Amino acid sequence: MTSASPPVAKPRYPSTYNPAPGHRFNVGDRIAIRRTFPPGHRRTPFYIRGKQGVIERICGAFANPEELAYGFDGEPKKVLYRVRFLQKHVWPDYNGPQHDTIDMEIFEHWLEPLPDTRN
Amino acid sequence: MSNPSFDYYAQQKHGHAHEHDHARDQHAAIETREGPPSEYEIMSRAMQELLEEKDLITADQVRQKMERFEEELPYRGSKVVARAWTDREFKQRLLEDGKAACAEMGIDLEADRLIAVENTPAVHNVIVCTLCSCYPRSLLGMPPTWYKSSNYRSRVVFEPRAVLKEFGTELAEDVTVRVHDSNADMRYLVIPMRPEGTDGWSEEQLSEILTRDTLVGVTTPGVPRK
Repeated sequence: MTSASPPVAKPRYPSTYNPAPGHRFNVGDRIAIRRTFPPGHRRTPFYIRGKQGVIERICGAFANPEELAYGFDGEPKKVLYRVRFLQKHVWPDYNGPQHDTIDMEIFEHWLEPLPDTRN
Repeated sequence: MSNPSFDYYAQQKHGHAHEHDHARDQHAAIETREGPPSEYEIMSRAMQELLEEKDLITADQVRQKMERFEEELPYRGSKVVARAWTDREFKQRLLEDGKAACAEMGIDLEADRLIAVENTPAVHNVIVCTLCSCYPRSLLGMPPTWYKSSNYRSRVVFEPRAVLKEFGTELAEDVTVRVHDSNADMRYLVIPMRPEGTDGWSEEQLSEILTRDTLVGVTTPGVPRK
């Protein structure tokens, strides 16, 4: 499997969006997206489930869209991250250079920690 | 169309349509598309009529909102980026907190939270929403048809360089292409590289080359040849 650790910038600025108290992951952490297929309205695209990436930034805590979609109040809020993936890892036959990336927003409950292999 | 609920509603609506439509709404839409309205169009019209009957909104308010989408919102993004091109500190603030920086210019993004991403000689950014068509409407107006097409949404994530080439944008191998899938609560705006030959230009001049497509990242701004 292609190495799944694209570079991310050190956090240059604190997030000024919704505060995210108690966030489980930090910028630079390697994570995997849960490979699970629950029914319902999910914001985690199928193509990224099971893939590995790196936390790019913490966006803050947001009402849970998986609950909002069905008329609930979205509480408790969930921490939203931006995760960066290497295209070569997401699409094994990706026709482009190793360093191309795709970034997207993933809620904390879709993330699983990975061992830190950074030097 | 053979959808029974559609036929039922169409008949009901047709029966009394002329009693009030044109008398009350002097801005009644001109139909340009052939064929019967879609179920979603019927649903949206039914909702608007109900809200009007209950005196919660007027047809003119709806029209004004639509006009604003076309007349004002599409030009906000260019203004914001033109400011960023001419004011380094503003650009820094825009990158730190897009919503707050826009508010400085009197632009209220309402519910939208904005992440501005900057193109550099080493990185080119392009925006998509694979799940639906999330788009920075408060800065760019309504998304273009191609942005909403399944062709763009499905292809730009796994062959961005091929898609960009179709837009006339060819990038060297050593440039990192970053696709941003706008799949949840953030909205995105690309800050393109300011082209050479624009020294001394006013923000207004600069905003003219900052077209919608450059701010989505499918193309790059250039100085028109004289």
